[in-house]
Amino acid sequence: MDYPLLLGIFPQVFLDGIILGFMYALIALGYTMVYGVLEFINFAHSEIFIVGAFVGVELLLGLKSVGLLDGLPWPLVLFLTLVAGMAASGLLAVTVERVAYRPLRNAPRLIPLISAIGISFFLQDLIRLFESLWRNAFNLVYPTIDVLNLRFELTETIDVSVKSLVVIVAALLMLWALHVIVNRTTIGTAIRAVAEDQAAASLMGINVNRIISLTFLIGGAMGGAAGVLFGVQYGLINPYTGFIPGLKAFTAAVLGGIGNIPGAMLGGLVLGLLEAFAASYLSLLTGGAFGAEYKDIFAFSVLIVILIFRPKGLLGEIVRERA
Amino acid sequence: MLSVDSLDVAYGEIRALKGVGLQVGRGEIVTILGNNGAGKTTTLKTISGLLQPLRGTITLEAESLVGVPPHEIVGRGVAHVPEGRRIFNRLTVRENLMMGAYPRRDAGVPADLERVVTLFPRLKERITQVAGTLSGGEQQMLAIGRALMANPRLLLLDEPSMGLAPVLVEQIFDTIADINRQGTTILLVEQNAAMALSIAHRGYVLETGAIALAGTATELADNPEVRRAYLGE
Ligand SMILES: Nc1ncnc2c1ncn2[C@@H]1O[C@H](COP(=O)(O)OP(=O)(O)OP(=O)(O)O)[C@@H](O)[C@H]1O
Ligand SMILES: [Mg+2]
Repeated sequence: MDYPLLLGIFPQVFLDGIILGFMYALIALGYTMVYGVLEFINFAHSEIFIVGAFVGVELLLGLKSVGLLDGLPWPLVLFLTLVAGMAASGLLAVTVERVAYRPLRNAPRLIPLISAIGISFFLQDLIRLFESLWRNAFNLVYPTIDVLNLRFELTETIDVSVKSLVVIVAALLMLWALHVIVNRTTIGTAIRAVAEDQAAASLMGINVNRIISLTFLIGGAMGGAAGVLFGVQYGLINPYTGFIPGLKAFTAAVLGGIGNIPGAMLGGLVLGLLEAFAASYLSLLTGGAFGAEYKDIFAFSVLIVILIFRPKGLLGEIVRERA
Repeated sequence: MLSVDSLDVAYGEIRALKGVGLQVGRGEIVTILGNNGAGKTTTLKTISGLLQPLRGTITLEAESLVGVPPHEIVGRGVAHVPEGRRIFNRLTVRENLMMGAYPRRDAGVPADLERVVTLFPRLKERITQVAGTLSGGEQQMLAIGRALMANPRLLLLDEPSMGLAPVLVEQIFDTIADINRQGTTILLVEQNAAMALSIAHRGYVLETGAIALAGTATELADNPEVRRAYLGE
């Protein structure tokens, strides 16, 4: 076995895994926060995520068409794109909750789930319809910003693109901001209170519906940010691109302990790393018997094993509650 | 201060309250006694807006509370300590208390926090602890303290003695009497009739969703029916 090669690519694979992991983590937050307050899986979240990517690409293409893409400083362009993606996805998530979930709040559990799946299909085809009328296109490509494609050589074998660094820094900032909001502010405490006991929270004077909307807004905005970063990092998107990352992020949320915010972050990173390592190492380690195309099988097998031993996820139920 | 009249409440087909009426005057402690399933909790939940009545009126200082959502009723000065405490287990003691003051924008919150931890020194010692790790008695103190953080005019208490050792029950009831002396009106639901009547001014006996008896605490404590059914004689 070629040990120097195995070791040599390790940092590069690790970096790829971290980037993918942060992407999953940001998306997973939307699933887990909504689950935390409503015990409901928002299956439309994968489309809320990809809408962020589409709003981002539209903004960038718009800037490009008026010659501002290279005219404005690139950090400003990126910042605007992120904000636009976050705002669009956040507001979309709030609207979806208001229109498709709230009227079903007291219906049997399966009903809002079906509504969510319906919204998911509806949004996919709405994006498809819009882009086919507007650009006559199915696949869209994020326009390149030259600075972002510059690469630093860290060592002879490892180099990092500016883009990867930007994605990592942006994701870290977002996760940190969320952590501060949820754990250090009154409104964040109210979100946690509503997640634990809605009736008791309403007796505190908390407007539960408003906190639920806020949860969708924050979770949706995180998904929108992930959408933009996904576009910046991987370039190509189409109306159905959201499905697989969404499903994986949902898995990451379950892996971390559904409803648990740090769990979603951890679950996302673990899944991203597993996938990256499987993609690069499986064929090397098995002498080519299993190629990179087996990465998902490998990653999900590990997940199943973890969940057999920790059914509530890595960080699920850390607080024991007394009766 | 609070006036409830001809209140009908149902859970689907099950009629829980049938024409309940009661009055609570400013500065009073009024207790509602009754057996399991009599409708005591239902009465409090309807006052605080968690349940909607089919019929009847609830007025607080001449303003109707019917149809007002619970989070706005708190703003009008009614705080409800629910049955089973319902503290936020995953929040710290301080966060629980601060949630009690959630809608308040006035400058009096720190002073009220000070007042609550003076009433319940145990809470001060455990202020940074996660509430789920508190003992049952401490959780009850937290539930009452949290409601006081709303600086209510009227405090609704649902079985504060539930699951507590006799010494603790006495301590909690002493504190309730203290809170009342400091100016808060109290509507107290209890199965422990002896304790409730010892601090209350007046009381009502609720039987299968209707008021069966009403009177001053002394009248009720001397009533042979009450003595037999609720004081275990
Ligand atoms: N969520 C509910 N759904 C259906 N029926 C209910 C519900 N809650 C209470 N009831 C019924 O309403 C009636 C009154 O209940 P309530 O909880 O008000 O009684 P209570 O006097 O508080 O009793 P306890 O002393 O046991 O707490 C009971 O017959 C009860 O079975
Ligand atoms: Mg009860």
